[in-house]
Amino acid sequence: MNRINQKLSEDKKMLSLYFTAGYPAINDTVSILTQLQESGVDMVEIGLPFSDPLADGPTIQESSTAALKNGMTTQLLFDQLKDIRNTIHIPLIVMGYFNPMLQYGVEKFCAQCQEVGIDGIIMPDLPLAEYEAEYKAIFENYGLINIFLITPQTTDDRIKQIDAASDGFIYMVSSASTTGNISGFGNIQSDYFKRIAAMNLNNPQVVGFGIKDSETFIAATEYQKGAIIGSAFIKHITENGADSVADFVKTIRK
Amino acid sequence: MNTLERETSYQADERGYYGDFGGAFIPEMLYPNVEELRSQYIQIMEEPSFQEEFHQLLKDYVGRPTPLYYAERFSKKYGAKVYLKREDLCHTGAHKVNNTIGQILMAQRLGKTRIIAETGAGQHGVATATVCALMGLECIVYMGAIDIERQAPNVARMKMLGATVKPAESGSKTLKDATNEAIRDWINNPVDTHYIIGSVVGPHPYPDMVARFQAVISKETKAQLLEKEGRENPDYVVACVGGGSNAAGLYYHYLDQPEVGIIAVEAAGKGIDSGESAATSALGREGIIHGSKTLLMQTDDGQITEPYSISAGLDYPGVGPMHAHLFRSGRGEFISVTDDAAMQAGLQLSKLEGIIPAIETSHALAIFETRKFKEDDVVVINLSGRGDKDLNTYIEYFGL
Ligand SMILES: Cc1ncc(COP(=O)(O)O)c(C=O)c1O
Repeated sequence: MNRINQKLSEDKKMLSLYFTAGYPAINDTVSILTQLQESGVDMVEIGLPFSDPLADGPTIQESSTAALKNGMTTQLLFDQLKDIRNTIHIPLIVMGYFNPMLQYGVEKFCAQCQEVGIDGIIMPDLPLAEYEAEYKAIFENYGLINIFLITPQTTDDRIKQIDAASDGFIYMVSSASTTGNISGFGNIQSDYFKRIAAMNLNNPQVVGFGIKDSETFIAATEYQKGAIIGSAFIKHITENGADSVADFVKTIRK
Repeated sequence: MNTLERETSYQADERGYYGDFGGAFIPEMLYPNVEELRSQYIQIMEEPSFQEEFHQLLKDYVGRPTPLYYAERFSKKYGAKVYLKREDLCHTGAHKVNNTIGQILMAQRLGKTRIIAETGAGQHGVATATVCALMGLECIVYMGAIDIERQAPNVARMKMLGATVKPAESGSKTLKDATNEAIRDWINNPVDTHYIIGSVVGPHPYPDMVARFQAVISKETKAQLLEKEGRENPDYVVACVGGGSNAAGLYYHYLDQPEVGIIAVEAAGKGIDSGESAATSALGREGIIHGSKTLLMQTDDGQITEPYSISAGLDYPGVGPMHAHLFRSGRGEFISVTDDAAMQAGLQLSKLEGIIPAIETSHALAIFETRKFKEDDVVVINLSGRGDKDLNTYIEYFGL
């Protein structure tokens, strides 16, 4: 069983963190992953930096630019992850934009993911229709779960379509927003969280975007299986250093 | 036959593909907006009331039809019959306004109240601010911080027209980044906002929709050439290509006429191999930018690279998917022109014909130095814009 499905089947709310590979320093990847696991984080999204991250706000834009300046590449990330499964046992997802994957070669990318022990992929700009027409067979052949996003504007019909195409979890974007861009959750979010929960989808949902502290984590996981934190974590390591991961996780799960 | 049916085989298919290129590679956050547009744009454009309002505005407000002018002295110098399609005489000074008129009418029919746009040189920004003033809609234009500095007069024009100009501070702070910021704005404002893209780029249906609005250029050219030459089809149509909207407009009704040669002119900047260029067909590989699969300047690792051209309107690392297809299929002949050659061609047209062209357009004019035509070849060049906005660059370059 894929580590993602395994983790989802556990009877607990999931805390997942995103960080940009190659940031703050080029070789921080393994150390950050190790600290995240030791701090009790349930799953990690490893961000493959891209020059033009359309769905991201300033924090992740800046970490991506810095990571690329540091020399991060697709191949280097796979090299850094080569022996990761000797020590890291929580599910790992690569999150990025489709163009670097396309240039690396979709099949070669998927094969490398399988080889180093990646469990899933999130490519926000690889939409459902393109995925199903061109790439689904390749992802599946290498045992990779592809994660799709929904937003408060996604229609019920489309949510059902995405649910049917998913085999893992659905990534619920908390608001109409780029990453790191909202100041807290209001009625719109709680109505949305309830509405999706009431749809009784086949796949559990994990909420992302705008989760930054224990309060928003609790709100996001009241009706959903888990939550993903990105920008707030990047801000934390920018300010406190790459060895301060545990301090951040402690503030979320007290 | 319905005028809006697919008129040529070089048009987008159902999924927005031109051969291998196109599509809609957008994050799910944009899906509702793009799908709303995709599912309605043809139907809206076909409505008689839309057609009537569009053509009335093009006539009374933009000043169409623009003349097709036989450039006698230029023709004599280069040994071909050269016509200039005078898009520079459009209101606001370039072809860009054909598209913004169309899209503002589209936005109104979709019930949108807030308009966003990206701009490089500021021409599309001005054309968007203009139609927003005309219709009384809120207008926000994203412009690279560097372009804001080098295109100050157009920034002032947008402000006079009531638009808010927001600097794009990310990346290279030019057109590509302004486009990123506009897309991010759209993600954050999915309900009330329409994004008026300025060229035949972006996710389907934008390339197709913008091409249809610009197609008025070749529609007029056909009728005008028939009157002047006794035939609708020239031997060649020539246009500069940044994203490719003025080119798409001039080629549109000729795409499926194999006897009409299609020539696309890109900006070589300081030379194709100089590392400072924007000649996408020569330097690009298949990739994804701003929601479209197309030819794209990028590193081996798939990071988008910074283009360079003296002309801000051609300073874009991609090209519309229609043009990528024209290139790959061999239907189009692609030529690139350096900064220096373009500047000289701009000066020359000014002296020969009394027309100061935009530097973008000057690239198209420059090919006559190297690309030879037959004496009786009829060649139509899209004179996409006037040079007023570029006076500072001309002054600096020539020490005027
Ligand atoms: C006069 C003029 N021509 C051409 C262009 C390039 O755009 P496109 O390739 O979409 O026609 C611009 C863009 O700013 C322009 O202002």
